[in-house]
Amino acid sequence: MTIAGSGARQQPQQQPGHLRDQHGPYFGQFGGRFVPEALIRALDELDTCYRQAWADEAFRAELDRLHATYTGRPSILTEVPRFAEHAGGARILLKREDLNHTGSHKINNVLGQALLTKRMGKTRVIAETGAGQHGVATATAAALLDLECVVYMGEHDTERQALNVARMRLLGADVIPVKTGSRTLKDAINEALRDWVTNVDTTHYLMGTVAGPHPFPEMVRDFQKVIGEEARGQVLDLTGRLPDAVLACVGGGSNAIGIFHAFLDDPDVALISLEAGGDGFDTGRHASSITAGQTGVLHGAKSFLLQDEDGQTLESHSISAGLDYPGVGPEHAWLASTGRAAYRPVTDSAAMEAFRLLCRTEGIIPAIESAHALAGALETGRELGPDSLLLVNLSGRGDKDVDTAARWFGVLSDADLVQSAATAAATPVDEGEGAGW
Amino acid sequence: MTGSAVDQTGRTGARLEELRAAGRAALISFLPAGFPDLETSVAAARAAVEAGVDIVELGLPYSDPVMDGPVIQRAAQQALDGGTRTKQVLHAVEQVAAAGAPVVVMTYWNPVLRYGVDAFARDLASAGGAGLITPDLVPDEAGEWIAASDAHDLDRIFLVAPSSSPERLAMTARACRGFVYAASTMGVTGVRASVGDAAQRLVHDTRGAGAERVCVGLGVSNPEQAAEVGAYADGVIVGSAFVKALDDRGLDGVTQLAGDLAAGVARSRAAAATNSTAGTGKASE
Repeated sequence: MTIAGSGARQQPQQQPGHLRDQHGPYFGQFGGRFVPEALIRALDELDTCYRQAWADEAFRAELDRLHATYTGRPSILTEVPRFAEHAGGARILLKREDLNHTGSHKINNVLGQALLTKRMGKTRVIAETGAGQHGVATATAAALLDLECVVYMGEHDTERQALNVARMRLLGADVIPVKTGSRTLKDAINEALRDWVTNVDTTHYLMGTVAGPHPFPEMVRDFQKVIGEEARGQVLDLTGRLPDAVLACVGGGSNAIGIFHAFLDDPDVALISLEAGGDGFDTGRHASSITAGQTGVLHGAKSFLLQDEDGQTLESHSISAGLDYPGVGPEHAWLASTGRAAYRPVTDSAAMEAFRLLCRTEGIIPAIESAHALAGALETGRELGPDSLLLVNLSGRGDKDVDTAARWFGVLSDADLVQSAATAAATPVDEGEGAGW
Repeated sequence: MTGSAVDQTGRTGARLEELRAAGRAALISFLPAGFPDLETSVAAARAAVEAGVDIVELGLPYSDPVMDGPVIQRAAQQALDGGTRTKQVLHAVEQVAAAGAPVVVMTYWNPVLRYGVDAFARDLASAGGAGLITPDLVPDEAGEWIAASDAHDLDRIFLVAPSSSPERLAMTARACRGFVYAASTMGVTGVRASVGDAAQRLVHDTRGAGAERVCVGLGVSNPEQAAEVGAYADGVIVGSAFVKALDDRGLDGVTQLAGDLAAGVARSRAAAATNSTAGTGKASE
């Protein structure tokens, strides 16, 4: 049983703990701190605070308590046999991060960083968001811990994820539509960085993924690795063995690194990341930065990114707002370049087909982001055959994507869609209104 | 990295030393190449030099300028939308350098990385450029650039900020050639009502950490601010105000602003001299 291109077999003799023990600022040649000098002190403070907190039993206990009583951890494992019939009969287990409070894995990281914000004595958090999942999670934690919250969101994304804009405002956050550049996630990050450099004394930038300058990639990974640690034990308890492959979607890469990390030093477990293939990798309209394979610097770290001949960032394209990002976290770039993890593009169409299938066969509506991982599982299951065991990170639920999916599949009449569009248009996303609700 | 005995004056430093001997600070302009179009941007930079600018910063437009406020963001985007390419910016350097003032390129790091760090240094040097200002590259990450700038005899100008620790001020001062760029405030580029005390303190601390020449940027937009900053810094860097002047009033606007700012800089030391030389921060002389 082999997986073409997985690379898992290329380095079978890793020392135990070797790959799991990677720390920033560099992962191989990737990572670092390509930021204005003005931010260095804040990054140093954050790094110190995070290391002290991580070593502090009281901090870890508080985070565990919140996860147990608020997030809903541990998240369960669900076997999906009817779905798996379409995957060559492979046995497929879903790690249900979609059942977390706020509907995705994002809360794992957000609660950790929100506690750090309090520990640093800061009173305000800012965040970027694409699909709105990280923004909703940040707004939630800010409400819980009494922090001021500003969320930057590309104007294009505020339109396609209007419901999440409303959610954040209901939770008391100020949502600022970003109208520069491609008006998506990358521009939201630019604007958050500008806010941070201006207000760094009072403000923590609560970054939502394993990208950005050190210590964000390592710190966010450490807050997300609970996913894989739980799942590894759950799979062993249920099946008595490790999975043949672990699959996750990757935009910035936090849910993928979260579930992969516990398996990094299990050389027989293939790690497969599914990038957003958009209209198809060959069309150039995609968000598959690792598959494209060009090294560069974006948002504070050296990694792979989509760029033109002059190093200008290219616009990414994906039906999924959460994967619509032209870069990827540096640890993923390193895992790809060493061959430990495989990275494959999944088109919008393939992701939506997997989305439909999970809805119809299992009664679970996945986030479109996570549907990319499901599409990867369908393909991998067919490659590995009926004896194989696959673990898939179902990173988020699809409530936020109902409008997009309804349009894709044409399940609403034209009259319904007109009504839906009118409702969306009535949402004051441009005015910043509603924050004082 | 090379040894510490390397001469740190460079071409911009030499110009700053001449001006210091003449008793005034330098006026340094920033304009993005390609805004509103390539030809006009070159003409604007040259007009600025003719009207009294001593050192020119030419911006290499970048898609994700996180250190820039709305004025320069929009200008950079317009330059990119107009098809400005890195090679053209290097050619523009050559044309502006012909006006006689040292020209440094201000650029985010990825365009240089993509071009090839050594190749960029080589081509910048052969275009007559004096060096680079790198707002998102700290010396800690700059090994390749330090080697390339040594090899091609280019100035390398890193930034310090009000948040920089004494250790980082010293490390950055050692890494620079030409001058140290002091960001006057915590924030992005843009016109501000006042420059604030933090800038003067930062210049003082940066000199104390070993820097020979320190120029101040971020938020300086009018002759009064230029005079104020010119009293204690080696150079006064004006960006967004030049971009606005070019956008609103074309080349005449640039000429007018450069003249007004030059007058402000010229009277700064005169004013400082009448107040005695105390506190002007010329400790290194």
